[in-house]
Amino acid sequence: MLETIWFLLWGILWAIYFMLDGFDLGIGALLPFVAKNEAHKRTVYTSIGPFWDGNEVWLITAGGVTFAAFPATYAVMFSSLYTPLMLILFALILRGASLELRGKTSSQTGRLLWDFCFVIGSFLPALLFGVAFANIFKGIPVDSEGLLQGNLLTLLNPYGLLGGLLFLFLFLVHGSLWLAAKSEGEVYERAGAIARMLWPVLLIIAVLFLIFTAFQTKLYENYMGTPVLFIIPALCVSALILERVYLGKHSYWKAWFASCGTIVCATLFGVIGIYPNLFPSSLDPKYSMTIYNSASSPLSLKIMLVVALIFVPIVIVYQTWAFNFFKAKVRKNEGEEEAY
Amino acid sequence: MDTLLLSRLQFAVATYFHFLFVPLTLGLSILIAIMETAFVRTKNVEYQAMAKFWGKLFLINFAVGVVTGITLEFQFGTNWSRYSRYVGDIFGPLLAIEATVAFFLESTFIAVWAFGWKRLSPKAHAISIWLVAFASSLSAVWILIANSWMQHPVGYVMKDGRPVLNDFMAAVTQPYAILTILHTLAASYIVAGFFVMGISAYHLLRKQSISLFTKSFRIALVFSLIFSIFVVIEGHMHGSDLAEKQPAKLAALESHWETGPIAPVFIVAVPDEKNARNSIEIGLIPGALSMLAFHSLNATVTGLRDIPKDERPPVAATFVSFRLMVTLGMLFMFLTIVGWFLRKRIESQRLYLKVMLYAIPLPYIACALGWTVTEMGRQPWIVYGLMKTADGVSPVAASQVAVSLVAFTLVYLVLGIAAFVLMAKHARKNPQLTPLAEQAGRR
Repeated sequence: MLETIWFLLWGILWAIYFMLDGFDLGIGALLPFVAKNEAHKRTVYTSIGPFWDGNEVWLITAGGVTFAAFPATYAVMFSSLYTPLMLILFALILRGASLELRGKTSSQTGRLLWDFCFVIGSFLPALLFGVAFANIFKGIPVDSEGLLQGNLLTLLNPYGLLGGLLFLFLFLVHGSLWLAAKSEGEVYERAGAIARMLWPVLLIIAVLFLIFTAFQTKLYENYMGTPVLFIIPALCVSALILERVYLGKHSYWKAWFASCGTIVCATLFGVIGIYPNLFPSSLDPKYSMTIYNSASSPLSLKIMLVVALIFVPIVIVYQTWAFNFFKAKVRKNEGEEEAY
Repeated sequence: MDTLLLSRLQFAVATYFHFLFVPLTLGLSILIAIMETAFVRTKNVEYQAMAKFWGKLFLINFAVGVVTGITLEFQFGTNWSRYSRYVGDIFGPLLAIEATVAFFLESTFIAVWAFGWKRLSPKAHAISIWLVAFASSLSAVWILIANSWMQHPVGYVMKDGRPVLNDFMAAVTQPYAILTILHTLAASYIVAGFFVMGISAYHLLRKQSISLFTKSFRIALVFSLIFSIFVVIEGHMHGSDLAEKQPAKLAALESHWETGPIAPVFIVAVPDEKNARNSIEIGLIPGALSMLAFHSLNATVTGLRDIPKDERPPVAATFVSFRLMVTLGMLFMFLTIVGWFLRKRIESQRLYLKVMLYAIPLPYIACALGWTVTEMGRQPWIVYGLMKTADGVSPVAASQVAVSLVAFTLVYLVLGIAAFVLMAKHARKNPQLTPLAEQAGRR
């Protein structure tokens, strides 16, 4: 029971992470397409400036909870995905640094270099998280020792790449919606146009992904067993459609919230599908890391549950307050004297 | 080179580099909070200009600290997967709690603070930096509890060959952890104090913004003085605690080979690890080690010869790091006491100011040495007495680690240079005062 609760919390934490960091990763990858001059860039950076760090803490927490609740899964997952994880880490380091240090760099070349780090550093994690999770949904060739039988290219299989594209486009649309909601003038126009342009592509990728999932993974087995769970993918698709409705009305905040729903449900769709596995092995089910063979002791799980039940609501309260505090559109020249 | 050595090197690169930025974050956030509180109390805009000046340096430093921190958590899984699996039941929750109770608070309010200069009242703004300061020190508390557990595991029972938590409070409140926390926090506060004094000295030597930097200097001086004295006393207690809990580390700290009472300290010693002795020993102080470790001349101190060869830490590195760290600690106490007597006319003490400017790197070095003592001194164990470092490493290919090690080194080098250049640039700037009236008009 405790294990199942933590399995759900584990999935939810990753889902929240993708929902939150998703928009700033997406915006980063979109920078060259929405910002044509320094003022535009400033708007783009300032639109996520107060948010990205808090968003990334959800990644640290998701990682920490994997470690704490399912140590053996953490061990196998992180060591077998060594290279893609290192790539994600370097990308996150460079983009975090560029977000904070770009504004304090005065030379033109210096700023361009930071821009470059920011774009690559946002694009790469968006894609690689998708690749990694699609592979987890499908099963990863790990042996009895938790060693990966293969390399980075093994992970870049068609289904993995499709997952990568799915995440990338989810985040691109998510980011452009946020940017439209947070900006005015040219940036606003362009962000809205990009969202409208990318949405149909996202829809096609999402449909393809759902179809391929039936052939490439065993995710639907859980859904067939408990049909009520189909509500999750159904919600995902409805949120995606709702996104388009609001997009048509130029209600960008509402569209963004719908996009949050899409991302959360998309993540949960996969996570629920692999239950009770956390990290299925494609070589042999007995090598899979499950909630039964990798969970911490009941005492550890209980202590963490108490901590989570007390502190996570508090975190949500003050983070929501901070989001609300900074929700206003970025004005011209804003941030010149502040962090950017 | 094998996976083990490469992984150790990579962890060393990642932690040393991360800990160049952490101590300043811990201490400077408190100093800025003090400055902003002074602004709220006195309405003197000079304090606000001070907070802004140091705040800019703080943000640059903070950014690098944050981005290099994520790597550390992930490295346990990527490079030390066997360790992670083994200790996950206890070590994992401590990390997860750190993120939940501290990182969210820190990251949220650093944003509110950095972007809130015009949106918040001075009081609310001061509260947000106090929250940042509190949260950063709180995160240090949790990660140090985790580290202390690796040094002195408690609160567990062995089950299926791995330690399983049975007493959470024992792990969280053990004296080893409390002493480590106090030591590390005090050392970090000294880093920040010397940083502020050094940069203030730079401006005072150039006779610019004298009033602002005299005030900055004095705040940092009092702060550093308190913690410099504290860290010496506390460090001594920490040492005595080690004597009991990690005898091998204590023996390595003093390059002490022969078990026996009236254990001496040598003013100069050159360890010869091969022959299990010191090749040079000068300036014998009889009984000093017994006295320091157990507060009794006749106390027996275990020597390295009585510790199996494969359980001895690298003596030379531990010994030299410890000696240097202690010397630096004494120097900080001396410098801040001198400063205390010069405080009233600090702006005209050119020689002292020059010394303090060049003293900026010293507390950083002391911290790095301290970690060398802690971590090298624990070897060959990754969890003292329970698991050897060699058994904790991930079964990944050496080539993979080699590539990531090179990448880490390069990325960190570039990042380090960028941060240093930016901080040096902003540290040299002469801060501008904005009168309150004008601020009100803009708000």
